[in-house]
Amino acid sequence: MKYFLSIPLITVFLIITSPLISHAQTDMDAIMMEKKQFCVGPMYSYNSWKNYWEGSLKRENLNLGTVSSQTFSLMGAYGVSGKLNLLFNVPYITTKASAGTLHGMKGIQDLSLYIKWMPVEKQWGPGTFSLYAIGGVSVPLTNYVADFLPLAIGLHSKTASARLMLDYQVGKIFVTGSATFVARENITIDRTSYYTEQIHLTNEVSMPDASNFNFRAGYRSSKLIAEAVLNKWTTLGGFDISRNNMPFPSNKMNATTIGANFKYVVTPNHKLSLVGGGNTTVAGRNVGQATNFYGSIFYILDFTHKTKKADQSGKTN
Amino acid sequence: MNTKQFLYRFFIAAIVVLIIAACSKDIVGRTDNTIALQPANIDLNAGSWKPVLLTAPTDIVVATPIATNSPDYIIQINEIKSFQANITTEEKNLVAYWSAGAILRWNEILRELVAKHNLAPYQNADGTYPFPSANNPLAYPLFPFANPPYAARAYAYVSAAQYDALVTAWYYKKQFNRAAPYKVDSSLKVLVPKSDLPSYPSEDAVVEGTAVEMLKLLFPGDQDYIQQRAEEHRRARLISGANVRSDIEAGEALGKAVAQKFVARARGDRAGAAAGNQTIWTKLETDCAARGETPWQSLESPKRPPMLPLFGKVKTFLFDSLTAVSLRAVAPPSTSSKQMKDETEEIYQLVKNPTRERTAIVQFWADGVATYTPPGHWDAIAAEDFINKNFSEVRWARNMALLNMSLMDAAIVCWDTKYFYFNPRPSQLNPAIKTLTGMPNFPSYVSGHSTFSGAAAAILSHIIPDRATAYDAMAKEASVSRMYGGIHYRSDCEVGLTVGKNVGGYAIKRALTDGAE
Repeated sequence: MKYFLSIPLITVFLIITSPLISHAQTDMDAIMMEKKQFCVGPMYSYNSWKNYWEGSLKRENLNLGTVSSQTFSLMGAYGVSGKLNLLFNVPYITTKASAGTLHGMKGIQDLSLYIKWMPVEKQWGPGTFSLYAIGGVSVPLTNYVADFLPLAIGLHSKTASARLMLDYQVGKIFVTGSATFVARENITIDRTSYYTEQIHLTNEVSMPDASNFNFRAGYRSSKLIAEAVLNKWTTLGGFDISRNNMPFPSNKMNATTIGANFKYVVTPNHKLSLVGGGNTTVAGRNVGQATNFYGSIFYILDFTHKTKKADQSGKTN
Repeated sequence: MNTKQFLYRFFIAAIVVLIIAACSKDIVGRTDNTIALQPANIDLNAGSWKPVLLTAPTDIVVATPIATNSPDYIIQINEIKSFQANITTEEKNLVAYWSAGAILRWNEILRELVAKHNLAPYQNADGTYPFPSANNPLAYPLFPFANPPYAARAYAYVSAAQYDALVTAWYYKKQFNRAAPYKVDSSLKVLVPKSDLPSYPSEDAVVEGTAVEMLKLLFPGDQDYIQQRAEEHRRARLISGANVRSDIEAGEALGKAVAQKFVARARGDRAGAAAGNQTIWTKLETDCAARGETPWQSLESPKRPPMLPLFGKVKTFLFDSLTAVSLRAVAPPSTSSKQMKDETEEIYQLVKNPTRERTAIVQFWADGVATYTPPGHWDAIAAEDFINKNFSEVRWARNMALLNMSLMDAAIVCWDTKYFYFNPRPSQLNPAIKTLTGMPNFPSYVSGHSTFSGAAAAILSHIIPDRATAYDAMAKEASVSRMYGGIHYRSDCEVGLTVGKNVGGYAIKRALTDGAE
């Protein structure tokens, strides 16, 4: 049986920028489900920030107070084979500002689908080296409002992503690194014009693409995983929030976060596991200085008719 | 299909999706590709139309142009030919852009400047707020803060000045009757539609010169940008073969001269004192409390002084100050009345569980921070309809002036009403009311959006009667959007529409007698 380790929600702006990084389940970790196993579970996450970066200027906003979001997700992964997994995630999000008059938002956000392929896994020196290619798409599931930042539940952009990931494990110590390119489709908003650094007489907004780099390292066994994570999301284009302006979906939203994740396998047969973690934003631009906590329970449904025996690596079972 | 085939296909598909996503980002603005203006009627007699501020076109002296057979004129024709011989793609694009219409393009530029400057200043460390200074426009807070009243006034002054300047230009066009360069020299290429309108002075340069001069007053910190656009406009007209340099120079000088008269009016129209001071802000509150009503309070933190409390005293365009006072709305329901309680509850129920459809209406009409404001939105609506009507430049200007004078006067009457009653917002009476758009920092009664929209719909329905039903529906939707947004009561909106319509009536009255119909 394979392991399932949720990565932290990285809540880029004021809200979640990218389905890809915000609620990925295993699209950024070096763990695969075994053939015909389906791992599924609910996740809860709480994200909040008081300060944010208006361009590069860090400030508070007394008319927002603390902006928080709660996410309830259903996530899952299915092993087409031990080398090929399909993953999905569907979040329901609510947002709220503790001060001022602005109304919170809520709704089902984007469906994310990933295909995760491990073409290479071999012994190399004292440990095991593996290479992954991950492709993803995300599509808004509802007609939620994107143009209401920082309280919008998402940016309502369809995305496609391509990621290359490397993992190396010696004994129970591992390190994983990945690089991602995210293409984002233009969005349409409810108004007929908007100002970025010039006027646009259209309801269509060009969304800058983005890159993401993710590094993680820690302990990984069949029973327990503990890891530290560094993530860097960079918007490739976009513009800064001008002085005392409101944020806009095509802002240049950058965020660097650090965090930790834990996974504990509860039952001896590996069917039930608990996952939790958190992260905080250490640098940013046009995003909230967010802190995020999450927890999840995962259960594995086995669609094979014979019981498989867990091995000890925790990575390949 | 085996795994390898599947993967292969998946990655090919993913790459295609990425490429498509990366390549499909070009966005065409609604007026980017507007075709060149080719008026159905050149309005040759527009020199006899009634100006707004000038007493007559002859208030401005325009020199007799040089003869078209003079050596100087031939030099000017050759200048066009040399431009055309070396024309670049960028220049062709400039010609196409500006040929859509001078009033249209300068209105769009003005809307852009308004949107750029429609940002409330950030507070000082001690919780007070700084005010922008016209004398130091580039220091924070940037001058101006182009809020809706400021914007309404800016649109009105620019539009009215452009109208007066074009009436003057038409007067001299007919008087001097100098043909366009392509009529003088048939070998000259012309990159825009030909016209029988005499070309001296250039109507485009009139519009440009008026705008540049007015915007020195209204957007003094954006001169580099404005001058760059003006230079492009003049160059586009020369390159296109529509005007020789002397047409342009005379037009620009005429536009500036007319604008200076409007600048003088603006300096004395009391808008400069509209922000008030602490004494005035306190008095508004105590007077309201003395009437037994709950006074408006800023819902911002820290509390921001009310927006332009004396804007209601600004000099109107379409009627005198006594008429302005007579247009003030009747009193709103008392803050302690059952009706006010019921109206507050109605808003609470609306915002408690907003529907997506209502939220879209709120967003569509919000025209809040960093937008060109509701008057700019109505200008955008009007401009797109005017494009379809093929108005001459002078008729474009006249119609825009009627619209924007209505919007400015609507702002004045609305602001007068707001500060006369100093009525609180729904969220002040019930803090559980959370809003779907930014909370405006001024009293509730009557709704600015409703007043603007009532006025705009009235005059536009007169200008384009076949769109009257649509304008009325838009005005009502703009009005009710403020209830859906949680920032206005029903009384604010319904009475605001009526007040606006009454203001618009004065524009219609003017339209019926200005000689253009």
